Amino acid sequence: MDLARHWRLKDQRYRLEGTVCAECGAKFFPPRQVCTECKSTNLKPHEFAGRGELYSFTTVSAPPSGHEEFVPYIVGMVKLDEGPLVEAQITDVNPADVKIGQRVEMVTRKLRAYGDDGVIVYGYKFRPIVNGS
Amino acid sequence: MTQRKLGRGVAIVGAGMSKFGAFPDKTSRDLFVEAFKEMRASIDKGFDPEIIETLYLGNYSSDLFEKQGHTAPIMADAVGLTPRPATRVEDACASGGVALRLGVLAVASGMYDVVLVGGVERMTKLPTAEVTDTLGSAGDTLYETPAGFTFPGFYAAMATAYMHRYGMTPEHLMSVAIKNHANGALNPKAQFGVSIPDWMEQRVQAALKKGKPAPTWKSISDFLHDDAANPMIAYPLRLFDCSPITDGAACLLLVAAERAREFTDQPIHIIGVGQASDAALHYRADLTTLRAARVAVQDAYAMAGVTARDIRIAEVHDCFTIAEVIATEDMEFFAPGTGFKMAQEGVTARDGAKPINTSGGLKSKGHPVGASGVAQTIEIWKQMRGEAGARQVKGDIPLALTHNVGGTGQTAVVHIYERKG
Repeated sequence: MDLARHWRLKDQRYRLEGTVCAECGAKFFPPRQVCTECKSTNLKPHEFAGRGELYSFTTVSAPPSGHEEFVPYIVGMVKLDEGPLVEAQITDVNPADVKIGQRVEMVTRKLRAYGDDGVIVYGYKFRPIVNGS
Repeated sequence: MTQRKLGRGVAIVGAGMSKFGAFPDKTSRDLFVEAFKEMRASIDKGFDPEIIETLYLGNYSSDLFEKQGHTAPIMADAVGLTPRPATRVEDACASGGVALRLGVLAVASGMYDVVLVGGVERMTKLPTAEVTDTLGSAGDTLYETPAGFTFPGFYAAMATAYMHRYGMTPEHLMSVAIKNHANGALNPKAQFGVSIPDWMEQRVQAALKKGKPAPTWKSISDFLHDDAANPMIAYPLRLFDCSPITDGAACLLLVAAERAREFTDQPIHIIGVGQASDAALHYRADLTTLRAARVAVQDAYAMAGVTARDIRIAEVHDCFTIAEVIATEDMEFFAPGTGFKMAQEGVTARDGAKPINTSGGLKSKGHPVGASGVAQTIEIWKQMRGEAGARQVKGDIPLALTHNVGGTGQTAVVHIYERKG
């Protein structure tokens, strides 16, 4: 994917901005423009709090191009407290300590670098919440 | 559930496929011609290819794999079909199954009597990392692949969710691989048509031949837990949990059921079709089942007027071992959370109560993505006609099923087959 596409998604990558349906209240991340619950097209931006629990995960040993430097890395599905699932890397943890159901929070980290200039794309990853909930 | 029906009967009267494997010297048209020739030779009473009226071709990504777009007319031309309409169908790894469905609809509508359905993919020309990227693009490239998800990664996440809920272990998944390689060993078209014990023996012999120390695995389980022989791809999925990268093609000839006897006395009828779609993984509530597969099979069972219990054998989309476990539950053969036990207990083995993937499946036979859905039907065709050779299932096979999935289950397509009289 080219850099411009990442830039256009900066509200999502940096702030977890999704949408909320103004008619039925359903919340979406990634943002939707049509509500799949009530079919309304009246949706507003909604910033998620960035906390939730790990629904599932894997440790990738054979990466796609651009992710070689992180191998082996953990990617997971995080169930946000507001409901939606987010697909993201799980960071700041040993693979052996990752557990389904553990509390996690969003952090902003390097996703990958592009080309000879090494332009860095940042975005959300999630890490275990050590204290509190 | 809406009960849909076909406008008229549709039958398969011919089927053929190329060898599946890695063929550096062949293009996708070479593979397609190979499949077409075998299909042509398979028609018991012979036929004139001039009567073919149209082509539906499953192909995922010749653009990225071979830098060749617009594949359908090229394949039509390669087998002498122009100027007849030729349509490429793309639904990721379900492209072949969806091409078959469109062929069925074309005949059932009454518009065509004789339709060629094909599938082709030439994947091994690209380096593995680029194949991984190309397959990954069947997911959501804005939100899934930038997180570092790969295709094995998606199915691995389904596997850990399933393990967490139902208590399955990676060893249960290995039993699927062992079974499918045992079946594939009896399929001369298979890419990795070697049983795992024979595979281990070959590795030992190769080491001895080179004068190197031979591996000392004491059991199949030993081998499958060896990080060098069976490396981790995406926990809990190891190399032997994943289908390979494959070149291959497959072809079927569909005709109006009332004309089937012009071609053969053993036609195979398609009596149920179902297809459904779903969102990317992040929009789903449950990763231990594919909703699209469940919707597709319910439509297909309703159309055919049969239930899961009536199905004698099935070819299901085992792109990964976990996918076969989930598929056998989604097809309603087994209750949710029990498919892995059935695999381990041999219920899905060739001599079990519900044989699954007698061809070797995508796992052992190979997975040229656009051709896989069509090739599944070829195994059913062979088994139902008693032509599956050493891997022939014993006894009568009146009803069978195929289940073909695109991506992570964003597309699922199911067909039900009947051998009449």
